[in-house]
Amino acid sequence: MLTKIGTFTRTVHGNPFSPLTFFRYNSIVQLVDGTDTSIRRFLKQLPGVDQVGAESRAAMLATRSIKTTSKKWAIDCAISMIDLTTLEGSDTDGKVRALCTKAVHPDPTDPSVPSVGAICVYNDKVATARKHLDAIGGQSIPVAAVSTAFPSGRASLEVKKQDTLDALNNGATEIDMVIDRGAFLSGDLVKVFTEIVYIKELCADRAHLKVILETGELVTLDNVRKASHLAMAAGADFIKTSTGKISPAATAPVVLVMLEAVRDWYAMTGIRIGVKPAGGIRTTKDAIKQLVLVRETAGEEWLTPKLFRIGASALLNDLLMQRMKLRNGNYTGPNYVTLD
Amino acid sequence: MRIDIRKTYKLYIGGAFPRSESGRTYEVTDAKSNFIANPAQASRKDLRDAVTAARSAFGGWSSATAFNRSQILYRIAEMMEARSEEFVEEIALLEGVSRVAAKKQVDQAIDAWVWYSGWCDKISTVAGSTNPISGPFYNFTIPESVGVVGVFPAQKSALLGLVQAIAPVIAGGNTAVVVASQKYPLCAVTLSEALATSDLPGGVVNILTGITSELAPWMGAHMDVDAIDATGLSKELDKEVRVSGADNLKRIHKFSSSDTPQRMLAFMEYKTVWHPIGI
Repeated sequence: MLTKIGTFTRTVHGNPFSPLTFFRYNSIVQLVDGTDTSIRRFLKQLPGVDQVGAESRAAMLATRSIKTTSKKWAIDCAISMIDLTTLEGSDTDGKVRALCTKAVHPDPTDPSVPSVGAICVYNDKVATARKHLDAIGGQSIPVAAVSTAFPSGRASLEVKKQDTLDALNNGATEIDMVIDRGAFLSGDLVKVFTEIVYIKELCADRAHLKVILETGELVTLDNVRKASHLAMAAGADFIKTSTGKISPAATAPVVLVMLEAVRDWYAMTGIRIGVKPAGGIRTTKDAIKQLVLVRETAGEEWLTPKLFRIGASALLNDLLMQRMKLRNGNYTGPNYVTLD
Repeated sequence: MRIDIRKTYKLYIGGAFPRSESGRTYEVTDAKSNFIANPAQASRKDLRDAVTAARSAFGGWSSATAFNRSQILYRIAEMMEARSEEFVEEIALLEGVSRVAAKKQVDQAIDAWVWYSGWCDKISTVAGSTNPISGPFYNFTIPESVGVVGVFPAQKSALLGLVQAIAPVIAGGNTAVVVASQKYPLCAVTLSEALATSDLPGGVVNILTGITSELAPWMGAHMDVDAIDATGLSKELDKEVRVSGADNLKRIHKFSSSDTPQRMLAFMEYKTVWHPIGI
């Protein structure tokens, strides 16, 4: 039997629930104790997602025009939020080191460019990344490891725990775990919940836990909302859209729904959970759209690398090229950034 | 009685026909200042997108076999032949010349494609060499494509000048971002429709219509453009482009003569290979 994950006694804010439903909602959160009944009762309280509404709201926010000084701020903000990622079977120590160097000084010709938010690698490359970052002055950059049989999540709980322990012992301070989508879709919510709780226990104070929902496999936005709340109830510090191995990944409506989930969770519990879209964000325009979504949905408090990250690799080059354009006044090309 | 179905003159970027990102258009008039059409007025962002498209098309186009490029250029001639009536009408209208003169210009333009088509797989033989050296090496010098070329064709020619500028650039394996003649842009749009149906990969030729003086400085300063055909630029613009183009050592050329392999070689650079004998 699992223990309670916390008691929430935040006062009623009423948004977006009426005080009455909110109260019920609130009281039920306290009762999520890992049993099937409690989880179902909790998730049942969630209002359905208006898919057409979510899509049109996301599309409307995507039309915002961010220019000049705001754009400069947004570009630097986005750079500092990037989880610079390499998750290939062909990864080598050399590639990881090159990536770490780039993470500390994204543009060697311009020291005013901020460092990225984190490095994200497989668990066997964590030690390499940590060591290299420490050696070149990137002590403040955390190393995140994907875990629990990433990307499919198809392994026994023991294997998943060991996977996570390996990463932690190698020096990872952020764990990106995947949920068991098969279990979620077939209704075995206890399994999904339990796994997150166990991994959270392992992370404890040593690491932040990001829970990857792999929204591309969850089919509906209703499921995205449910999975988000389920992950937060089980102890996630971050909810992350995708592994990057499945398309579609971080589409705007999905990120919108997840941002609404963390906003509601904050209203309910006073705890701010982070969001990390990953996969398919390749251009500066995409990244700025994400920032607008954050600002308009969760609020300004989320515009920090502590609460919002962007999982990407190619995006950084595009941000750097745009930054050069703002600095030099002319367009630049891929010859002036690194090949990763 | 039937309502006219008028053509919307759009840009040609990456194999697609978008309107200008800015939503702008400008007026084009005939020789007697009567209104003809509202083609798109490209912005600097359209130019940026066109350069991106040209850059991503460059790898495939430059590494295609010369024979394959030759076939595609010939195919463009075939496609233009089928549309020659449309070209004749546009030239006669824009330049105010007779249909006979217009037809002559179209024929010359089509012949230029055929001519450069023939050059595709011969240029490296004619301009390249094996070099005598004192050592156990074979030593070759071959011309190779230079990259993305910005093209400003002659302003006073509706079609022929345009074709004479684009054909040598792409025959040599480069990709092109063309800013069509500001006064006579309609044939350029019609040409892009022929290009789109010629097996020419999207992005190899990108055609923008608009105000030359607005776009030229951005082309000159763009760090991902490797060379510029400045034939259609005024003296002032030419100077401006040469100054800003120095930043990334652009090859900037102006041409007075028409069909000549020099127009191809201007946008190629020589690579010399040393190969040990006996290996």
